[in-house]
Amino acid sequence: MTATYKKRTDGRAFDEPRPMEAKLGVVPRADGSAMFKAGKSVAIAAVHGPRQLNPAFMRNPKKGVLRVNYNMMAFSGSGERVRPGPSRRSKEINLVIEKAFAPVVDLSEVPNTAVDVYIELLQTDAGTRCAAINATALALADAGISMKDIISAMAMGKVHDKICVDLTKEEEDMEAVDIPVAMMGNSGKVTLLQMDGIISREEIKEILKKAREATLKVKEVQEKAIREKYGGQNE
Amino acid sequence: MNEDYIRNLIKNHKRLDNRKLDEHRPIKIEYGISSKSAEGSSRVRIGNTEVVCGVKFDVGEPFPDKPDEGTIMVNVELLPLSSPEFESGPPRVDSIELARVVDRGIRESKAIDFKKLCIKAGEKVWLVFIDIYPINDNGNLFDAASLAALAALKDTKYPKYDEKAEKIIYEERTKNPLQLEKHPLAVTVNKVNGNFLLDPTDEEENVIDSRLTIAILEDNTLSALQKGGDEALTPEDIDKMIEMAQKAAKTLRGKI
Repeated sequence: MTATYKKRTDGRAFDEPRPMEAKLGVVPRADGSAMFKAGKSVAIAAVHGPRQLNPAFMRNPKKGVLRVNYNMMAFSGSGERVRPGPSRRSKEINLVIEKAFAPVVDLSEVPNTAVDVYIELLQTDAGTRCAAINATALALADAGISMKDIISAMAMGKVHDKICVDLTKEEEDMEAVDIPVAMMGNSGKVTLLQMDGIISREEIKEILKKAREATLKVKEVQEKAIREKYGGQNE
Repeated sequence: MNEDYIRNLIKNHKRLDNRKLDEHRPIKIEYGISSKSAEGSSRVRIGNTEVVCGVKFDVGEPFPDKPDEGTIMVNVELLPLSSPEFESGPPRVDSIELARVVDRGIRESKAIDFKKLCIKAGEKVWLVFIDIYPINDNGNLFDAASLAALAALKDTKYPKYDEKAEKIIYEERTKNPLQLEKHPLAVTVNKVNGNFLLDPTDEEENVIDSRLTIAILEDNTLSALQKGGDEALTPEDIDKMIEMAQKAAKTLRGKI
């Protein structure tokens, strides 16, 4: 018998994301950069490149290589200090974020180069890989990397019996199922999907439908941040 | 930018951004930038240079020779995010030097009374981790890191410690601030072409002959010194540099 989740711990509606904030150009020495905040989770992404890729054997003569580096600052975790340096978790996150951007990032004009994305988490309250992806999409745009579509991500999940948007750490700890989803803004195609927990086929269908609505809200915040730096239509 | 051009400017007491040689860029300090996660945190901006710092507590065994003292650990990671010149991988010697200079400024001044970090003598003491990260390196990370460490320590409150369960309850922060007995602040004085210069940008740092980082307390005494760069300094140079740093420390102190 599953418990019923009647009211979210922070009072949000089940399909309501936390307040979001985005800003471009937060690391002036990088070629492109952005901050993305989802509730209390704060990510900064900076793009360095396209630049020469070393070692040489890693170069691709057909196109540039996107390399993602996700890192939690030592003081950014809830609870104990996070040991500095890469972990198995962060390496997997690097990989899935690289794959989340593979369908849209076009590096065919810059063969043999690397586009390095460095992501730092300053504070975490769940949903950090999604915040990281949202910051990365903006940093890549800020760096002028050509992309076919924008990528927006949302930490979906299921707490007890309810499908929820943008889980907090407190909710994650309630034996929740985590389902981070990244989508292409225009086509609605999925570029990242992970899940740990037990869930049905019908529920996944519903989660992806709600993820589409939620990621469109992310996209609005991202586009507003781009307009704030570069101007453009509608404002 | 041409290095000779910058050196010549400085020779004529001029700088690219029109500052005086002994003038810092505008300084901005924020507290509690990671207040959900860290027991203390800060962000320091000196011009376009930005550094963040967070403080985390742990409980561990004391050193056998100091059974009633806790300790601090300062760590700096020169993030590749913050500059195209930093690379991933094991800590570079620059980051170790930076961390150790900040550490000595705090440790040697007894800014934190390590005896007050004792929970149970011989068994349990507080370990205070001070982690510092540049977000954007536009020069003078030394002064920014030191300022960020001091600001984060000022923002720090102990987490709750459950003696029975022998564990920290990080979610319950107490109202007990980490007491600071002293307020050490580092000022780096740089020598270029016979002139002394404060708060260099990264472009200016590239043309420096030598530097002296000086950690200074509120009563003008010094708690750490570190000479860097390839050129030698005369005792007269050092005396002038200390005087210049003491003056600047007063101004910086006003920002905290």
